[in-house]
Amino acid sequence: MTFNEHLPALQVIVPLLSAPIVILLTPRGLAWAAAAASTLFSLFIAIALAMTTVTGTALTYDLGGWEAPYGITLSIDAFSSLLLLIVTGAGAVAIIAGKASIDVQIETHRQPLFYSAWLLALAGLIGMVISADAFNIFVFMEISSLASYILIAGGPDRRALPATFKYLITGTIGATFYLIGVGLIYMLTGTLNLADMEARISEVTSLNPLLAAAGFITIGLALKAAVFPLHVWLPNAYTHAPHMVTAFLAACGTKVAIYVLLRFNFFVFQANLPEHAVQFAFFLMPLALLGTVIASAVAMFEGHLKRLLAFSSVAQMGYVLIGASLLNASGLMASVIHLFNHAMAKAALFLAVASLAIRFRDLRVDELAGAARTMPWTCAAFVVGGLSLVGIPGTAGFISKWLLILSVMDHGHFGILLVAIIVLTSLMAVYYVWRVVEKLYFAAPRLSNVRVNEAPLTLLVATWIVALGNVAFGLYPELPLTLASHAAETLMEHPR
Amino acid sequence: MISLFGIFLLTLLVIVAIAIVHTRNLFAAVMLTSIFSLLMAANFFILDAADVALTEAAVGAGVTMVIFLSALALTAEREKRRTYTRSAGLIVVGVTAITLIYATFDKPPLGDPDAPVHQHVAPYYIEKTPEFMGFPNVVTAVLASFRGYDTLGEVFVVFTACIGVLFILDARRGVGSMYGRRGRGLHHHHIPQNVGRLLVPLIVLFGLYVQFHGEYSAGGGFQAGAIIATGIILYGLIEGENAALAAIPRPALLFLMVGGASLYGLVGVVCMLLGGHFLDYSVLAENPVTGRQIGVIAIELGVGMTVCGALLSIFHAFAARKHS
Amino acid sequence: MTLIEILGHFNYWVFAILLMVGFYAVIVKHNLIKKLIGLSIFQSAVFLMYITMDKVEGGTAPIIQPDLPDQIYSNPLPQVLILTAIVVGVSTLALGLSLIVRINERYGTIEEDEILEAD
Repeated sequence: MTFNEHLPALQVIVPLLSAPIVILLTPRGLAWAAAAASTLFSLFIAIALAMTTVTGTALTYDLGGWEAPYGITLSIDAFSSLLLLIVTGAGAVAIIAGKASIDVQIETHRQPLFYSAWLLALAGLIGMVISADAFNIFVFMEISSLASYILIAGGPDRRALPATFKYLITGTIGATFYLIGVGLIYMLTGTLNLADMEARISEVTSLNPLLAAAGFITIGLALKAAVFPLHVWLPNAYTHAPHMVTAFLAACGTKVAIYVLLRFNFFVFQANLPEHAVQFAFFLMPLALLGTVIASAVAMFEGHLKRLLAFSSVAQMGYVLIGASLLNASGLMASVIHLFNHAMAKAALFLAVASLAIRFRDLRVDELAGAARTMPWTCAAFVVGGLSLVGIPGTAGFISKWLLILSVMDHGHFGILLVAIIVLTSLMAVYYVWRVVEKLYFAAPRLSNVRVNEAPLTLLVATWIVALGNVAFGLYPELPLTLASHAAETLMEHPR
Repeated sequence: MISLFGIFLLTLLVIVAIAIVHTRNLFAAVMLTSIFSLLMAANFFILDAADVALTEAAVGAGVTMVIFLSALALTAEREKRRTYTRSAGLIVVGVTAITLIYATFDKPPLGDPDAPVHQHVAPYYIEKTPEFMGFPNVVTAVLASFRGYDTLGEVFVVFTACIGVLFILDARRGVGSMYGRRGRGLHHHHIPQNVGRLLVPLIVLFGLYVQFHGEYSAGGGFQAGAIIATGIILYGLIEGENAALAAIPRPALLFLMVGGASLYGLVGVVCMLLGGHFLDYSVLAENPVTGRQIGVIAIELGVGMTVCGALLSIFHAFAARKHS
Repeated sequence: MTLIEILGHFNYWVFAILLMVGFYAVIVKHNLIKKLIGLSIFQSAVFLMYITMDKVEGGTAPIIQPDLPDQIYSNPLPQVLILTAIVVGVSTLALGLSLIVRINERYGTIEEDEILEAD
């Protein structure tokens, strides 16, 4: 077999197998270098895979040489490729740029373990994205979850510990619910392979366990994805995690769970459960709407910058679900591309936050007054990320919101209500972003902050690369758009 | 007859579970949890799951209890009396229960050989294992080969948990409260000490048997790793941590864990280099069956090393922590 | 429903009851160790569900006996899955307990409401 044919397997085993090696690299900086090299290599593999899937082809890889459904298969289509770009991109940028920030927050002798956990979180998320086997998704979900708990518990504040514990309990309940659902489906079909499940579920006559399975899987994954009102673990976890961990996980952690949720619901259930589409939309749409409105409102009055952005993440995931619950190709395309664009915006914002945090000990918005005078570049990057989050034309965020509004318009009177809510929550986003920008630029600096200077160069450069990425994908959105439209097609082509 | 015994065990399980939740004495709750695991293991055995029963007994009743106890030694032994706001919790629990019971009325009955779960993939494994693998334990065949990638993931779950405990507890040298005064173990308790000394070599020997006989009877890397780890933990408890760490020092545990995980991965990579898929052991030798056997033995060894090393590291990390 | 059918469903009902008992402890209890114990009961219940479905009437553990060609074997796949899940469960427990130990050191308590009050 050629090297290229092994790419799907290499995508996950490169970060996975470098994790044990990294903990042995105790000399200063070596663990970081190895972890950075490994994540960068994963990013290159993800780009190479995207070059193939952008044409609409899907790749599969039979692990152990056993074909589905007897063995475990990896499968990569346009949708998974987009997610791989998000996950590996966020993982690579945050670790490469974040050395200065991590050096401040994690003691040197604990760093090899920290970087090892970083690689495991990355490998777990990748494994969830590319696996075509329901149980294998559970295994890699647990790798990524356990590793995320470790990363979040590394936060220097003591409040990181109860936040992590809450996340651990919620995450395990979510994973166990997912396991119950998979078990029920396995009981009815005798298979664990997703495509095979889809084919065999249509022959199942007893619908009760199937409905229960759909419920358990959806709720379990919604817990992991912090879908409103199951988001309560998220704000504290993101607030008290080390800043670089927040940048990494905010960009991709919950999105992978949403991805699995969409794949399960559209591939496995949609085709086979009568009324499933209607029920899916009926349950998800109100939650998505409530989630965006309430979380945006909380963000408007939140005083801590990281927590503000965390609530904004809950609100933004609402848009993704609104698009998905429209149940048509254009809505799905809007939600898939919003996964990508929101990851870009949040990565830029949280990288800017990490830069600010190196100079300011306290991240409450009031404490950051006048930061733009001493850290102009960081604050300018924050503004670019904020514009993309709001959805100003010329940024990536605009593309997805525009597509979402276009798609919603098709829904008559109800569509007008949805447009109103989307516009309203966007205005709320304008308000909470503006509140921060106003403090950064127009408030008088506190006396204690006069002597701060600009963030370290590597961090600044990385922040700007991501910020400019927001502009670039706003002006030239072809690659994510093509991937998203292929993704929407594959999700919709499973007949009802 | 056996199903009556099963019903008896299941009823006991429910009673023990309720007792665990009800008691305020955390020490008692942990002990009951261990009993719960043993009952569960017995129940698994009745349901023809010998490998799982062995694992549940070694991991659930053995290792989990020791880790719980070492955590209790560092925290509190009693739960505080509280008035709870139960309503929200009860509603969530109630809805879950109703969903589940709603689902069970439509399930295929227990043991029905025509149930879909026994039709599709499972018969293939049972039929093909002797032909493809040349050994009789189907569970080992599925675990190590057909679904070897899952098992790789599982090894890394244990690995992750271990580095997590080391990271969070920031484990460094030192002797903590678990080992009695000055880490000398149970030197003044003669009966447990002498019985324990007798048991330790037997436990380790049994662990090695389980490790290398997993293709032919119930057992394999997980069970062996857990059993050997329990044996060494027992040694540490009776002889003191210093003796346990002298037998297997901490860096050695780390290397055992890293070596095991790397060995598993390396086998997969070698398969790729020899022209097969990742973890396709058939390319490891001229004869595919021999190749698979070599692969299965190698990765089971990796599993055993990682599990043993990780569990012992976790235990030492707790034990070395001083009571605050 | 006949008696035999009720007995056949007994395993599933015990699974549902254990699941509820564990879930109740996780949600309602304030003591963090109790929450973790509840979590482990909750997970064990799911193990029971999987292992229950592997049973075949008249079957035996899936270790092939070549001299008994007509032997029926129980389903090996749920067993493999649960072997994995047990190890995942103990990993989660270990990590959770290490967090509890640290919480106790930093807060001086392992009761959730007291921790919330402390911040």
